[in-house]
Amino acid sequence: MNLTLKVWRQSGPEDKGRFESHEIEDVSEDSSFLEMMDQLNELLLSKGIEPVSFDHDCREGICGMCSLNINGFAHGPEDSTTTCQLHMRKFEDGDVITIEPFRARAFPVVRDLIVDRSSFDKIIQAGGYISARTGSAPDGNALPIPKADSDKAMDAAACIGCGACVASCKNASAMLFTSAKAGHLNLLPQGKAEKDKRVVDMVSAMDNAGFGNCRNYGECSAACPKDISLDFIAKLNRDHAKAKLKKLFS
Amino acid sequence: MILDSKIPDGPIAEKWDNHRFSSKLVNPANKRKYKIIVVGSGLAGGAAAATLGELGYNVDCFCYQDSPRRAHSIAAQGGINAAKNYQNDGDSIHRLFYDTVKGGDFRSREANVHRLAQISVNIIDQCVSQGVPFAREYGGLLANRSFGGAQVSRTFYARGQTGQQLLLGAYSALSRQIAAGQVTMHTRHEMLDMVVVGGHAKGIITRNLANGETKAWTADAVLLCTGGYGNAYYLSTNAVGCNVTAAFRAYRHGAGFANPCYTQIHPTCIPVSGDHQSKLTLMSESLRNDGRVWVPREALDCGKFPNDIPESERDYYLERKYPSFGNLAPRDISSRSAKEACDDGRGVGQGGRGVYLDFADAISRLGESTIRERYGNLFQMYERITGENAYKRPMRIYPAIHYTMGGLWVDYNLMTTVPGCFALGEANFSDHGANRLGASALMQGLSDGYFVIPYTVGNYLANTGAGALSPDAPEVKEALEGVRERVDQLTSTKGTRSSRSYHKELGQIMWDFAGMARNEKGLKKAIGDIQDLRGDFHKNLLVTGSNETLNAELERAGRVRDFLEFGELLCRDALERKESCGGHFREEYQTAEGEATRDDENFAHAAVWEYKGKDKTPDRHKEQLNFDNVKLAVRSYK
Repeated sequence: MNLTLKVWRQSGPEDKGRFESHEIEDVSEDSSFLEMMDQLNELLLSKGIEPVSFDHDCREGICGMCSLNINGFAHGPEDSTTTCQLHMRKFEDGDVITIEPFRARAFPVVRDLIVDRSSFDKIIQAGGYISARTGSAPDGNALPIPKADSDKAMDAAACIGCGACVASCKNASAMLFTSAKAGHLNLLPQGKAEKDKRVVDMVSAMDNAGFGNCRNYGECSAACPKDISLDFIAKLNRDHAKAKLKKLFS
Repeated sequence: MILDSKIPDGPIAEKWDNHRFSSKLVNPANKRKYKIIVVGSGLAGGAAAATLGELGYNVDCFCYQDSPRRAHSIAAQGGINAAKNYQNDGDSIHRLFYDTVKGGDFRSREANVHRLAQISVNIIDQCVSQGVPFAREYGGLLANRSFGGAQVSRTFYARGQTGQQLLLGAYSALSRQIAAGQVTMHTRHEMLDMVVVGGHAKGIITRNLANGETKAWTADAVLLCTGGYGNAYYLSTNAVGCNVTAAFRAYRHGAGFANPCYTQIHPTCIPVSGDHQSKLTLMSESLRNDGRVWVPREALDCGKFPNDIPESERDYYLERKYPSFGNLAPRDISSRSAKEACDDGRGVGQGGRGVYLDFADAISRLGESTIRERYGNLFQMYERITGENAYKRPMRIYPAIHYTMGGLWVDYNLMTTVPGCFALGEANFSDHGANRLGASALMQGLSDGYFVIPYTVGNYLANTGAGALSPDAPEVKEALEGVRERVDQLTSTKGTRSSRSYHKELGQIMWDFAGMARNEKGLKKAIGDIQDLRGDFHKNLLVTGSNETLNAELERAGRVRDFLEFGELLCRDALERKESCGGHFREEYQTAEGEATRDDENFAHAAVWEYKGKDKTPDRHKEQLNFDNVKLAVRSYK
C-alpha cells in the first residue's frame, strides 16, 4: 500500500516543532506500524534526510516504551493494542496518517516523537513499592492470599507504564497509572502496612509532576492497551480520602 | 589467561554456605565509601542495584531505555522455577540441580548450578514479599505448573506475564533505593567502554542517548548485567535494542568470553512475514500441549488451504519421529525437525519457512471455549500479528533465536577474568550449559542479583579496599578519548549503506551458517563473509545527523559494529566445538537417525576466548568441567 505520513518533527525540547509530510510506497500490510516507520526512516536516510526519532524496544506489547499518537489516538485506532502490535492491515491504501508524540505537560518532548516520561518513575519512587529488604522474607506460603484478591492485584499490575492514559486525557491526568500501581500493592496483605503513606505520597508526587486533575471522563481506560479498569481510580480516591481522614483524627 | 573457577571445597550441598562464611565482609559503616557501577536494569541488574543500595553501597545504575522498568526481562512469559516442593511431588534442591545440569546437556558448572537450585526457594519468598501477584489456588496458596525438561510441577507464574511482574518487583525495590539516595539511576545511557587500570575494572564510559554527551564514571567494581547477544542474528525474540556491546567491550579488555556458540532456538515463534520484519514474537511453548505439528506430505500441497489437505496427506513429523514425546519434544529437537521439513521443500506460508501448529483436534475434543480459556491471549496476539484466526485454521510457526547460554566467563564469584568486573544473568555463561530449560532464565537473573553478588562483591571489595579513581585520571581520559574517536568514526564515514542493512545481512549469514544446524564448510564461509561485510561497513556506512543529539542511527551503527566482530567469534567457537550438544548442532556429529552426538572425552569443557588484538585470531582456552554429582548420560526422547 501507498501512504502519506504527516509526522511531527521537533529537533529538541526548545524547538517549536512542525509537521512534515512524506509519501511512502510499497508498505506491506503484514508489517507492524513501527516496521512501517523503519521503512520510512530507511527511505529518509537514502535521501540524506535525518530519520524520525521514536521510542520502541520489545516490539511485543509489554515493555511500554513505544508511544505515538496515531490519527489522534494514543497507540492508534485498534482497541487494547500498543503501537508496536498495531499492523498496517488496519489501514487502507492511500490513507493519510497523522503521527504525533504523546502530548502532556508532564511528558516534555525530547526529540520528534520521543517524550520524557520520567515523571512516572518519580511517582513510583514516592511510594510505589513494598519495603521488603532482600533476605528478610518469610516463606512464600506463610500468608495465604485469596485468589480473587491476588487476581485483582494482577489486573492492576498488568499496567505497562506507557502513558497512553495521560496522552488520551484532556486534562493529562495520571490517575489511571497511579491508581493501578497503588491499587496493585494496596490490594495485597503485604502492602497493607504502608498503604496510607503510599497513596498520600504517590498522589502528591503525581500532582507535583504537573499532571492534571481527574474528572472521570474515562478516556484513559478506553485508550489503555492493557484495559486497566476505572475501578482502580475509584479505589485510589477512597484509599486517599481514608488516609487523609485518619491523619486528621490521629 | 588463567581460568580459576574458585569452586569452594566441600560436598556440593555445603559449598555455598562454606563460601559465604569464608568470604570477607565490608563493615556496615564502610560500605558507603565504595562505589559500584551496575550496567543494565533487568532482573539481574535491577535486583543487584536494589540490594547493594540497601546494604549501603553507593550505586550508579545505567540503562539504555527511558526507564529501568523496560528491560527485556519484562517479556518473559512462562514462569520461574523453584525447588519449593509445595506440590509434594518429589521435588528437591538436588532434583532441580540434576534437571538443570542434564537439560544443559552436561556443559555447565555443577557448583554454580547447585547454588542456583538452593537459592531458587529464597527468590520466591522475596518476590512474594515485594508484592509479585503470583498465580494462586482458591485456598490462597501459591499455584504451580509444569514445564519442559522436568517431571515435577515447580514453575511459579503470574498469568502469561511472569517476567513483567518479577521485573516490576525488582524495579520497585530499585525505585525505593533511588528515592533513598542509595542508587543514582542513569536512564538513556549506553555503556560504550570499560575503564581498566592496573588490570582491574575501575569504571565505564557512557554515551547519554538523549544529548550525545560521552562521560566517564569511576567505581570500585563494575557489574555487567547486560543480557544476551541473540540480536547478532538480527531477527530474534530479543528487544530491538538488545546488544552485545558492553560484554564485547569487556572482552576486548581481557575478559574471557565463554561458549558463544551456545544459542537457544525456540521452536514456536511466528514466522517471518517479509523483508520488513524487525523482530520475531514467541508463542508460548505451552501451546504444544494441545496443538499438533505437521506439514504436507507432498511439497505440491504446500500452497493449498490447510483445512483442505486430508488427514492422509499430512505428516505429523514429531509424532512420527518421537512417538513417546511427540509434540512435546524438547526445544532443540523440535526446532531442528521443523527446519528439516522446510529444507525438504514442505514448509508452508511466506517463503516456505513455516510449519502448522493445529488445534482442530483439541477443539473438537475439548470445545473451542476450553481452548480459548487456556490460550485466548496467545490466539489474540497471533491474530494481531498475522491477521489469521487460529480457531479456524492452523497456526503457522517457525523456530527463532531466543536466548544465549554463552556469555562472559565468570568464576564462582561471578567475576570475569578482569578483576572487579562481574557479569550477572544472561550476560554470563555459567548455569545453563549448552541448553537452557524453560523458566530458568528468570531464576538465574534474580539469584545472581539478589542473593549471590551481595556476598561475592563484598568479598572482592573487602580485599581490595575503597578508592575509586578520579574521573580526571589519565587512564580515564584516555578511555574517554578512545570512545569519542570511535563514535566520530561512525558519523564521518559518510558512505551509502544504512547500519540496518548491514545488520540484516549479518543476521542472514548467522542464521544460514550458525543457526539450527552448523557444519565446518558453512562456518568457514560465514567467517569469511563476516570479515568482508565488516570491511565494507568501515568504508561504506552511512549515519546521518550528529553526535550532539539523540540519534538512533548512530546508536544502532555502534551496536552493529560490535555485532560484526562478535558474530565472527561465535562462528569460530562453533567451528572449534567438534561435537553436537544442546543448542549447538554440528551436522558432522550425529547418529544415523540424526540425533546429536556429544563428545565428552574431548569437549566436556567450557571454551573461553581471549582477545589478542585487532584482526588477530583469539586464543581458545578451556575450563574442564567435572561431573562428580551427576552421571554423564545421553539424552533420548524417542
